[in-house]
Amino acid sequence: MQVPAPFEYERATSVDHAIALMERLGSEARVVAGGHSLLPMMKLRLANPEYLIDINDLSAELEYIRIEGGEVRIGALTRHRHLLESDDLAAVLPIFRDAEKVIADPVVRNRGSLGGSLCQADPSEDLTAVCDAVGASCVIRNKDGDRVVSMHDFHRGPYETAVADGEMLTEVRIPIKPGSSSAYHKVERRAGDWAVASAGAAVTMDGDIIADGRVGLCAVGPNLTNVEPISAALRGQTPSEELYALVGQIAADNANPSTDTRGTAAYKTHLAKELTIRSLRKAVARATGQD
Amino acid sequence: MEVTMNINGEEVTRDIEPRTLLVHHLRDNLRLTGTHWGCDTSNCGTCVVWVDEEPVKSCTTLAAMAGGHDVRTVEGMETDGVLDPVQEGFIQCHGLQCGFCTPGMMMTARALLDRNPDPTEAEIREAISGQICRCTGYATIVRSIQWAAKKEQETPVEVSAS
Repeated sequence: MQVPAPFEYERATSVDHAIALMERLGSEARVVAGGHSLLPMMKLRLANPEYLIDINDLSAELEYIRIEGGEVRIGALTRHRHLLESDDLAAVLPIFRDAEKVIADPVVRNRGSLGGSLCQADPSEDLTAVCDAVGASCVIRNKDGDRVVSMHDFHRGPYETAVADGEMLTEVRIPIKPGSSSAYHKVERRAGDWAVASAGAAVTMDGDIIADGRVGLCAVGPNLTNVEPISAALRGQTPSEELYALVGQIAADNANPSTDTRGTAAYKTHLAKELTIRSLRKAVARATGQD
Repeated sequence: MEVTMNINGEEVTRDIEPRTLLVHHLRDNLRLTGTHWGCDTSNCGTCVVWVDEEPVKSCTTLAAMAGGHDVRTVEGMETDGVLDPVQEGFIQCHGLQCGFCTPGMMMTARALLDRNPDPTEAEIREAISGQICRCTGYATIVRSIQWAAKKEQETPVEVSAS
């Protein structure tokens, strides 16, 4: 039987209350939302918090998808299911629906949250690459107020984020730029599994030219949530299969996967290339109304 | 800590350790052994119960998190001895072999039909994609759910009394 080690449990009644609790309890406290990343880690003793602060009652403050003023704002407690089902979100950022279709399974998606996924920062977790590709920023709150960090600075590496003791992620903000679109492709062994490899792409078109493009990879090595050489190669170029192939090769050259039960390093490197090509092709087709 | 939840329409209070998982609370503390305990890693889905009308994996939910909420288990599917159409479907279409995955499959199927009374085969397969039948009896499970959907369309019934 896998059961977490003993801990004390408290329910937060507001975000401020949760932060006050964390402030008081220090590094031994962890926030729990859906619990579908944290509880398995606790069962395996990979995480051993002494206090769990349950934020599931904070839907009114933390569970929302708002699209206004050229920006999407998503509350940290927004569940995977709502990210998948939101037609408004899919209309401006189709990458979310692409990714959410293949994140875990429908029952897990009822509980797991955006904030939980980003804060877990698992190297095979999909939404960090999604959020980095679309240039998201993260709102982190502490007792002194909010601070905003780019997704790129939020994700420090496997299982490490910019969220410090006494802080919590409250919101993700994503700019909506005219002429933009996005896409995500993942290969998994079976429904609901972690990625063997995946790639997300976002592009902003200026007529026939790629004004800005970003690609994030997942499960093929650390710090690839935005592959910067790809952005440099895409900027100012006209989309073509040759360009996609060139950029796919950059993805493969930057990938640094490990051979494990999900596949060999060579296979994952191949996937990094191919999924980058497919995601970019799809993102451009969507941005130019050809999808 | 004292935790109160409404289980199948009844308020139940118990003094439990905060680390108690919902599946163990149901099975060991309340002797509701219809909910099965399988992989312990939220992969197999035999432990699926409803919390506030949404299927969740009870091996990865703390009992404390369900405090103050409505929990529905497979024991709560029948009403006054009348089986839910999903339960009937599993009987009619041989939706189980060993029966281990059945409680979770039926709870997920009930939730699917409440939201989508006429699902396609693909939608049914997607809905149960987080659940494993190790007898590999998926074809008959899908047929059982289709049977229930058809029955409910032919004879509208009061579904999901909760």
